[in-house]
Amino acid sequence: MTTAATSPILTLDRRSVVKALVADRGNDLMCVSGIGSPCWDLAAAGDHPLNFYLNGAMGSAAAIGLGLALAQPQKRALVITGDGELLMSLGVLATIGVAAPKNLAVVVLDNQVYLETGAQPTHTSHGVDLAAAARACAIPAAETVYTQADLDAALPRIRRADGPIFAVIKISPEKPPLVLPPLEATYTKHRMREALTGKP
Amino acid sequence: MTANGAVDWRDQIYDVFRENDIHHVAHVPDGGHAKLIKHCEADPKMKTVTLTTEEEGVAMLVGSWLGGERGALLIQSSGVGNCMNALSTVKHGKFPMLMLVSMRGTWGEGMPWQVPMGQATRAVLEAMGVIVYEVNAADEVRDTVEKASWLAFLSSVPVAVLLTQHLIGTKKFATA
Repeated sequence: MTTAATSPILTLDRRSVVKALVADRGNDLMCVSGIGSPCWDLAAAGDHPLNFYLNGAMGSAAAIGLGLALAQPQKRALVITGDGELLMSLGVLATIGVAAPKNLAVVVLDNQVYLETGAQPTHTSHGVDLAAAARACAIPAAETVYTQADLDAALPRIRRADGPIFAVIKISPEKPPLVLPPLEATYTKHRMREALTGKP
Repeated sequence: MTANGAVDWRDQIYDVFRENDIHHVAHVPDGGHAKLIKHCEADPKMKTVTLTTEEEGVAMLVGSWLGGERGALLIQSSGVGNCMNALSTVKHGKFPMLMLVSMRGTWGEGMPWQVPMGQATRAVLEAMGVIVYEVNAADEVRDTVEKASWLAFLSSVPVAVLLTQHLIGTKKFATA
């Protein structure tokens, strides 16, 4: 069996992927990052008032993105999370599929391991296909990205196409240097609300 | 209105939602909330989302608040247990949260599987910092839900209103 560490399909660099996801973002893109490495990746790509880093409550990222998307239909909501984080609340795909917000994209950075806890394999390393699960949950715009060419093709869809959009991006299970985002959610909450509504 | 001309407390909860700009309603369906859910779904100003599990609703309403909207979570007492880790965000980030919980497992319950979570509902909510109001009579519903919503959204705290079996009624399964 191919393990995550030796898989030929896990080549993309997570930091470059996240940097590309939020490139030239302006003030129309609202980002929610899931617990652990996606938070460090989003911070490394550049802190922003419209970033909400979920450093706990594992399994909540996609549903927070749903609420945000419904509250701000004129802006884009982008959830960037990990395979382990989404696997904890797979039912949310069905909720998103049925609610069907056009302005929501959920991106899973899939390294097929629980990186923060010692790289134990997640179910995606054993054949669980999250994009297929999303399609089965009434999210037809669901794909898996393996290469830079795939990513280049997927980026405009993730950033602009009518959603809900779901993309699994297979990434290398490397652990880049820690870049901490602001850890106080009272701060990131007020900052985002103020940026979106003009009041904290 | 009910058959005898009294105002239905479920209609009054809907009125409180409208008067207090509560536009997002997330729910796991329950008999105690059925009429209220119908009202919300029929209202084009409201975004009513059916959840697969209650913690999704806690997270969704965190996102709603980040985006400038007020919401309410309608769940059954058994679902309160599912919300615990999601409430970390609410407690740590001082988010408002309005939860309306229809109770089972308490007053005259005839389904033993409902009892453990029903009896633990208040304790686990309070353990996660949720302020708990209880409403036992139809004529207390409107005021209680209104004040719970003011407390939640003006003071940015989580508040649960327990709609007790004194209010909702007790489902009978067998002859005692």
